[in-house]
Amino acid sequence: MLYEVRHRTSYDYDHDVSLSHHLVRLTPRTLERQRCLERVIESFPVPSTFGEHSDHFGNTTTFLTIEGAHRRLEIIARSRVEVFPVAVPTIPDQTPAWESIRDRCDAEARGAPLEPVEFVFPSALVPRRGQFADYAQPSFTAGRPVLEAALDLTARLHTDFAFDPNATTVVTPVLEFFKARRGVCQDFAHLMIACSRSLGLPARYVSGYLETAPAPGQPKLAGADASHAWVSLWCGDAGWVDLDPTNNLMPSDRHLTVAWGRDFGDVSPVRGVLVGSGSHQLRVAVDVTPVAGANDPDSPGASR
Amino acid sequence: MNVTSDTSQTQPRQLFGGYRPLPEVYDEMTAGTGRLREHWMPLTGALDHLGLAEVQSRGETARRFLRENGVTYNVYGDAQGFERTWELDPLPLLIAPAEWARIEAGLVQRTHLLGRILTDVYGAQTLLHERRLPPALVLANPSFLRPCRGLRPSGNLPLFLHAVDLMRSPDGQWWVMADRTQAPSGAGYALVNRIALSRAFPDEFRDCHVQRLASFFQIARDTLRTLAPLHRDNPNVVLLTPGPYNETYFEHAYLARYLGLPLIEGGDLTVRDRRVFIKTLEGLRPVDVILRRVDDSFCDPLELRADSHLGVPGLVEAVRAGNVAIANPLGSGVVETPALLAFLPGLCRHLLGEELKLPSVATWWCGQPSERKHVAAHLNQFIVKRAFSTGSSEPFFGRCLDAERREALLAEILSAPHAFVGQEQVALSTAPAWRDGQLVPRPLVLRVYVCATHDGFRVMPGGLTRVSPLEGGPVVSTQSGGSSKDTWVLTDGPVSTVTLLTPSAPVVRIERRASEVPSRVADHLFWLGRYAERLEDTIRLLRVAVSRLAGESVAEPPPELAALLQLLAALELFPEHESERVTTAKIEKHLLLLVYQASRKGSVREVLNRLRHSAFVVRDRFTADTWRIFNRLQLDARVRPRHIPVTEALALLNTLVLDLAAFNGMVMENMTRGHGWLFLDFGRRLERALHLIEVLRAALRVDPAGQLLLEPVLEIADSVMTHRRRYHERPQLSGVLDLLLLDNTNPRSLAFQLDALAAHARGLPSVGRLEPAREQGLLDEAIARLGSVDLLALTASSAAPGAVAELVQTMHDRLAELSDALTHRYFAHADARVS
Repeated sequence: MLYEVRHRTSYDYDHDVSLSHHLVRLTPRTLERQRCLERVIESFPVPSTFGEHSDHFGNTTTFLTIEGAHRRLEIIARSRVEVFPVAVPTIPDQTPAWESIRDRCDAEARGAPLEPVEFVFPSALVPRRGQFADYAQPSFTAGRPVLEAALDLTARLHTDFAFDPNATTVVTPVLEFFKARRGVCQDFAHLMIACSRSLGLPARYVSGYLETAPAPGQPKLAGADASHAWVSLWCGDAGWVDLDPTNNLMPSDRHLTVAWGRDFGDVSPVRGVLVGSGSHQLRVAVDVTPVAGANDPDSPGASR
Repeated sequence: MNVTSDTSQTQPRQLFGGYRPLPEVYDEMTAGTGRLREHWMPLTGALDHLGLAEVQSRGETARRFLRENGVTYNVYGDAQGFERTWELDPLPLLIAPAEWARIEAGLVQRTHLLGRILTDVYGAQTLLHERRLPPALVLANPSFLRPCRGLRPSGNLPLFLHAVDLMRSPDGQWWVMADRTQAPSGAGYALVNRIALSRAFPDEFRDCHVQRLASFFQIARDTLRTLAPLHRDNPNVVLLTPGPYNETYFEHAYLARYLGLPLIEGGDLTVRDRRVFIKTLEGLRPVDVILRRVDDSFCDPLELRADSHLGVPGLVEAVRAGNVAIANPLGSGVVETPALLAFLPGLCRHLLGEELKLPSVATWWCGQPSERKHVAAHLNQFIVKRAFSTGSSEPFFGRCLDAERREALLAEILSAPHAFVGQEQVALSTAPAWRDGQLVPRPLVLRVYVCATHDGFRVMPGGLTRVSPLEGGPVVSTQSGGSSKDTWVLTDGPVSTVTLLTPSAPVVRIERRASEVPSRVADHLFWLGRYAERLEDTIRLLRVAVSRLAGESVAEPPPELAALLQLLAALELFPEHESERVTTAKIEKHLLLLVYQASRKGSVREVLNRLRHSAFVVRDRFTADTWRIFNRLQLDARVRPRHIPVTEALALLNTLVLDLAAFNGMVMENMTRGHGWLFLDFGRRLERALHLIEVLRAALRVDPAGQLLLEPVLEIADSVMTHRRRYHERPQLSGVLDLLLLDNTNPRSLAFQLDALAAHARGLPSVGRLEPAREQGLLDEAIARLGSVDLLALTASSAAPGAVAELVQTMHDRLAELSDALTHRYFAHADARVS
């Protein structure tokens, strides 16, 4: 699938802002199953400084400085991204027992590559707690293949927790969502990561987009029209496997990956510090449109 | 040493004869049998000759030096006022030359090693991939700052300043307890200890062949300058402080002065075009090197801790772009984790091909199952510490825990084993310390410093010795009380006598910093001037009222006092409804509240608190004398919030007027006439003018005929004497107005203030290309208006009160506009916030 993505973030300030710096992670990653063909990041007013680097996790990070009094700032990221269905889907019941993943990633063990080990530890927004492990335990029975267990957990999260855009904010702690049982994709992802890490399994936070207007006959997925978030779980030699607990599915060619990290804090799409007083209003709009002429293949993971 | 035989006979070896070291610990001064160690003998001999009384008096000299120089240490959560005087024991810690050589070699190796580890951790991470360093020590460590991954430290010095806490075990071996790699504190205190003690014992210091500290600081300063990525010929190096509420703020201010660096807060800096600038009154001035005393995670709210108000948004990007050098580099705190101690011997062999020369206190990292089990099984012998504590978290002493807390700790360790270490508890060595005129053994920890340069490492030949307040004190930290010692590293060779106090030739250049006042500092100085004047005005105003109350025995206040109360009410200092028909007792109560009730707006205490805040944040701009007078002002104003007699209140107000005069005099006589002084005096003049106008306006309203209030108004404006000399009669409106408004020879008059302000306005700096024309215009307008006033016509006409009121109002409006214009032009530096 070829998509055109337009991500517009606007700030309306009630006072003049004389200077602001922004850190933007809005460049889709290039992966085995995804190619970012072109992309542009612009801002209005135009930035006085524009810089780019690849962060610790390999996400393209853009630094913008806006100088001169302004009351409104718009940051627009546009890209064309080609996404392919997963070529060789990981067969859940052929993945290793979850305990073996845990043991390989143990703090002292030497069995795992360094990369997944980083995602076993608690992070600022995702603590490890006994209660998360307890919740996950029924899915992770002794010797169960890790992906099979994780899919079971995904399904349970989808059933036990309700999608509710008004229940939480970007700063709601995962424990609160765990109690209130209502929230958005960020909360679902954080909780699933918390469950995995509390069992000693490496899981990372993925931010990206969903196709905004699905093809006729396909349901519109929750979390479209904005940034979406899901989880990636390390499954040993099968590598990282994506899971979307908000929609209870394994992402395929309707999920566009932008960035990943330990939690939302590592991948926040637009973060800014401004000099000025007063408050502001933030609006975000995302359009992910399939480009006409591209095929619309049935992806095995997308069906519910 | 020249000592009279007389002294030695009256005090024969009394000083050290009674010293009883503790059993089973190493004593720095005495060996097992109470025999003095050889390297102490020159000092103990000299002090014995001085005698007890003289040594104590010298100790007092050192303490006085510290007090008078305002050497303080801020203690968090201390109800007694959080500034404490720095404690220095008069007896130094002595270290023999050969022993120091071993320590020095170990320190050099250690700084080198930690630097190599830092380079790897923020670079290729080979040590983690190969598991030579457990990944958790870095990847689970909040001090590993991911945004700093891949940043190259300027000058290739991954660790510029390294501090090491050393202790000595009973067998005489020195051990490393902890490394400080983030923004190590204490070097400045070590320096000030040295200055205090070497002044108190100049002969003894000279005769003992003590290595000097100054060249260490000189090398550190020179190396800092070489780190500049740009402007390498004349780099701008600054010291970044979290501000006056930080525990070691004194040291920041002291080091800044000693090293000749501007003391800067995060709010003084801004990032434009990925470069760092100071916001000065004249505009932006580039910064090339930052010596930071702000913890790295607080340095940039954009990329690091979003809740930090101490940092500079965009700083990490400026480093990334290679436009500024920061020492120590951001992220260097990651190797402070005590868990690393367990792996240093192996890492040293791997990275340097050497054995670790200076051992660390035995440390077990609980992230390893067998180590965790060992710690759990022998908890009594261990101090358990958090491996990744970011704040000040107290360690757990295994043997002090009851069963319940022990279980809780073990459960916590089990839930996150990688986050804990167990350290062997070793008895610290002791040194003699003075307590109540006696020498007693006290445990000590020695903090030493290493500076990286382009030609290797330099160890400060000395250090900060901290002494526990208790005999068996397990923890030694300044935050928990205790004292300090100067550390004398002895040498067999010649002593280098470089000093930075009288700067030596090579690095001197003409300083033109006087004009470079950060906007924030100018803002505080402006308000300092305003509050100092407001305090004086308030005191004078109250004094006029209170003096009319004193000695008054009638229940009914005289008409003049009643009018005065209405004046106070018009100035919103007295409840309106009570300003008429009120008893003297009630008046007394209200007036006294205006003196000491800090919660009451406009009270003496309230204004004093504002003044204190403004003064505190710019205290590095004051001399020690000025600060001492300011302290006295505060002490004098500390009235018991209970009933005090009117006569006492009057005496208090009189004292405060004098204290304030001394403070103002010191400020005026000691400040360079740069922009800082200009803003301070601008504030003072503006406040005095505004106050005078407000008093006149209120007086004309309360007493339009000028029957009752002219005399008090003259008194408030401190112009009674002049008026009497000129008019020899009861004050008339025209005479009073002339003296207070138009007479520009009266330093209390409006005209005088306007002239002074106009002169200041001409000296105001231009911001960029914008000249302060608006300020000048407003003042010219006000002066012209005042100059055109025909007082006789004004006061003779039947519409006198209205016409005068209109004049006064115009003046008020111009001055208010002036204040706004000034604030907008120079102090517009709103706080950054994260969105």
